[in-house]
Amino acid sequence: MDQASQYSAPLVWIPLLPLIGALINLTLGSRLPKWFVSAVAIASVGVAFLLSAYLVFGPLMSLFHEDHGGVGLSQVAYTWIEVGAFKAQLAFRLDTLSAVMILIVTFVGTLIHIYSMGYMAHDPRYTAFFGYLNLFTGSMLILVLAANMPVMFIGWEGVGLCSFLLIGFWYENEAFASAGRKAFVVNRIGDFFFLIGMFLLFWATKDLSLGDGGSLDFAGLKNTAAGKAYEATFWGGDRLAAAAGICLFIGACGKSAQLPLFVWLPDAMAGPTPVSALIHAATMVTAGVYMVCRLSFLFSASTTALFVVATVGLATALAAAFMAFAQTDLKKVLAYSTVSQLGFMFVAAGTGNWTAAIFHLGTHAFFKACLFLGAGSVMHALEHEGSKTPGDIMTMGGLRKRLPLTHITFLISCLAIAGIIPFAGFFSKDEILGGAFTVHPPGWPIWYGKVLWAGLLIAALGTAFYMWRLYFLVFAGEGRSEPAKHAHESPLSMTVPLIILAGFATVIGFIGMPHFEHLSLPHPLAHWLEPSVTHEWYASGLPGEQAIEGHGSDATTAVLLVIALLVGASGIAGAYLLYGRGPSKTVQRLVDGKLGPAYNASKHKLWFDEIYDFLFVRPFKVIARGLFEVADRFIIDTVAVNGSAFVIGIVGRVSRWFQNGNVQRYLVGVVVGGALVFAITDCHHKATFTYKLVAGQLQLKAEPGDGIEGATAKIYWDLDGDGKKDMDPATLDKREVTVTGYSGPITMWVEDPVTRNEVKVTQTINLNVKQGAK
Amino acid sequence: MSDLLWNVGYGHFLVLAAVLFLIGVGGVLIRRNALIILMSVELMLNAANVTLMAFSRMWGDISAHTFALIVIAVAAAEASVGLAIVVAVFRGRRNVEVDRLNTLRH
Repeated sequence: MDQASQYSAPLVWIPLLPLIGALINLTLGSRLPKWFVSAVAIASVGVAFLLSAYLVFGPLMSLFHEDHGGVGLSQVAYTWIEVGAFKAQLAFRLDTLSAVMILIVTFVGTLIHIYSMGYMAHDPRYTAFFGYLNLFTGSMLILVLAANMPVMFIGWEGVGLCSFLLIGFWYENEAFASAGRKAFVVNRIGDFFFLIGMFLLFWATKDLSLGDGGSLDFAGLKNTAAGKAYEATFWGGDRLAAAAGICLFIGACGKSAQLPLFVWLPDAMAGPTPVSALIHAATMVTAGVYMVCRLSFLFSASTTALFVVATVGLATALAAAFMAFAQTDLKKVLAYSTVSQLGFMFVAAGTGNWTAAIFHLGTHAFFKACLFLGAGSVMHALEHEGSKTPGDIMTMGGLRKRLPLTHITFLISCLAIAGIIPFAGFFSKDEILGGAFTVHPPGWPIWYGKVLWAGLLIAALGTAFYMWRLYFLVFAGEGRSEPAKHAHESPLSMTVPLIILAGFATVIGFIGMPHFEHLSLPHPLAHWLEPSVTHEWYASGLPGEQAIEGHGSDATTAVLLVIALLVGASGIAGAYLLYGRGPSKTVQRLVDGKLGPAYNASKHKLWFDEIYDFLFVRPFKVIARGLFEVADRFIIDTVAVNGSAFVIGIVGRVSRWFQNGNVQRYLVGVVVGGALVFAITDCHHKATFTYKLVAGQLQLKAEPGDGIEGATAKIYWDLDGDGKKDMDPATLDKREVTVTGYSGPITMWVEDPVTRNEVKVTQTINLNVKQGAK
Repeated sequence: MSDLLWNVGYGHFLVLAAVLFLIGVGGVLIRRNALIILMSVELMLNAANVTLMAFSRMWGDISAHTFALIVIAVAAAEASVGLAIVVAVFRGRRNVEVDRLNTLRH
């Protein structure tokens, strides 16, 4: 507790500011002037950025220099849930890892808010757009600042919701609305596994005391006691860490668009371009990578889980790069590129190379946001000139003269993503490649790292090729349509963010220079992240812990750098040969000839949507249809609703016959009913009497039968046993009599008052039995 | 059989009363003419009177006569009011069939 209060900081305000902005814009926005709406939105994110920057470079920096960077600043807003062993606090923590994320989110977020001011200027739902964008920023900040998994899940779901709202922002278009739904549903699949992973972690650690952070607190989950729990076998198989890690990774697959859950991201390009830049390139889709790095201690405890992460990452990087080749929509190419780059990040995380994953996440955020905003600028310009298909790159060309600023920034970002020195992507991508080449997680085949490296090289080659194909088709050559020939540069609010982002895409790579033993180039990012991520494998069967080692010799590093650079350059060269002057005849010949099948596979994104449609969507629709026909149409509509109405109708029809207003017929009912009442109550029971022995005295009770007859009957007793009726008035016609001296059998006569018929009952009483009747 | 004929007891009176009462009930339930219904009601009331007298005799209790007289008085009042209504209805509609006096139903 002391520690927590010692390093507490007003972290809540960082997500709260954008959320307040969202609240203002979504509730009052429609009555506020446009300039005020955008001012609120931009200011709330901007102030959140300034606050983050202050906290990171002020208090956190000094903590970092005191070797407390991993503890970080924290703040507990309140205890959210406390049930039995489970305790979740609404707690936030800013350590060196989340610091990187909040700086990216708030900085890129601010720029994109400013850009949106120009891009969305003529949209009728301007205020809603800024409200959602703020809501997204707030949720994303909750996600990255969360000190425990439940709070992270709030952010996780929040960004999913905003993604849905913003993809379907132009919901009047049916295709756009269904793209939003698709994103939501696919994300839900991932979220379900995220929850299962979270439950597994809680189940494993619920009996351990892991500090005062509450259950599922990252700091608590990180300590050694929890580490032992991860090694426990699970369902008799691999470690619990593998099960939990893989479940959580499937969650990350949903959010970060990895195989097999990537299908939503290309469709997500239906949203406005700033949304694609902010949510579907720079921040939200990287949440999965962040989560894996955040839980590095868990993943390092199971190299099986890491194997899955790396393999899925590689497969995604390759598949998405392949799918990008044949796309003709500007934003779709960028979307596949995002999926592919996220695959790179997951390979980095899967090889325990957390720093490289976060590094690439950061550089990618800048150059991909720049690319998307550039794409937005291009489309905005073409749309302004009346283009009906502003995203079709086949109708562009020659835009370098029409949109000089956009062109320069796009060029820089393309160089960055292709991995050309000295732009950002070169350093981060090289770190991933080098890490994959040299790392040997225990339990992996020794050659698997090389496979990953080779696979990523191919993906990098593909990346360079399709990105430069895009660049040449859009900017090089001559305009292939009227709008492309007359486009004009976008307003300042759009170009200034582009310039800033391009600037960062140029220089940000220098925070992570390659490692040479004889050169000692600085790598401040690795140094900075060191306290927040794990550096040991918790491998089974190994004595103690083994350090994650990923550095080769200087010669190896240098050779790898050169290879990566050559691959990037050859990708660009290939793109220039084929597309340098617009779509060439060579390409057309190849597509029509040998490469036809591959081209089709790429164009239809390996038929993933069709396969899913066949495997899941259609069966689901059939089941839904069946349920609709059987459960809804038949059981509910026919049986329950119409059936009950039918029964009530029948009852009504029958009772209408009784209720006909004919008083005489009612009277029949009264008479018959009355007669029945008499018949039932006036039933003839056999007359008898009971006795009870109380203190030597015999108490007799006549039971002449029920109803009127019994009540009016006359009772005679013979108590002295002489066989004659006693005429003693003390006992004559009394229902209850007492006998003092019992001398013989007792007789009772019951006389009907009307007919004078008599019933005679005689009992010989055994005085040893206390009570009885015959 | 001879016992039943010559030894007239309470039972005979009660059976007579029951028969009269049932005839009255039948008349009220079956007949449609309001006048006949009123007469049937009178029959039922008087069957009750016969019963009262029989029990009075049986228990040797004269207080039942009071009830019988009250019943006769009430029956007279009822008959006069009832007949007045029947006559009024007949004047208005030329008809006292109860199942046709159904204006309130519509």
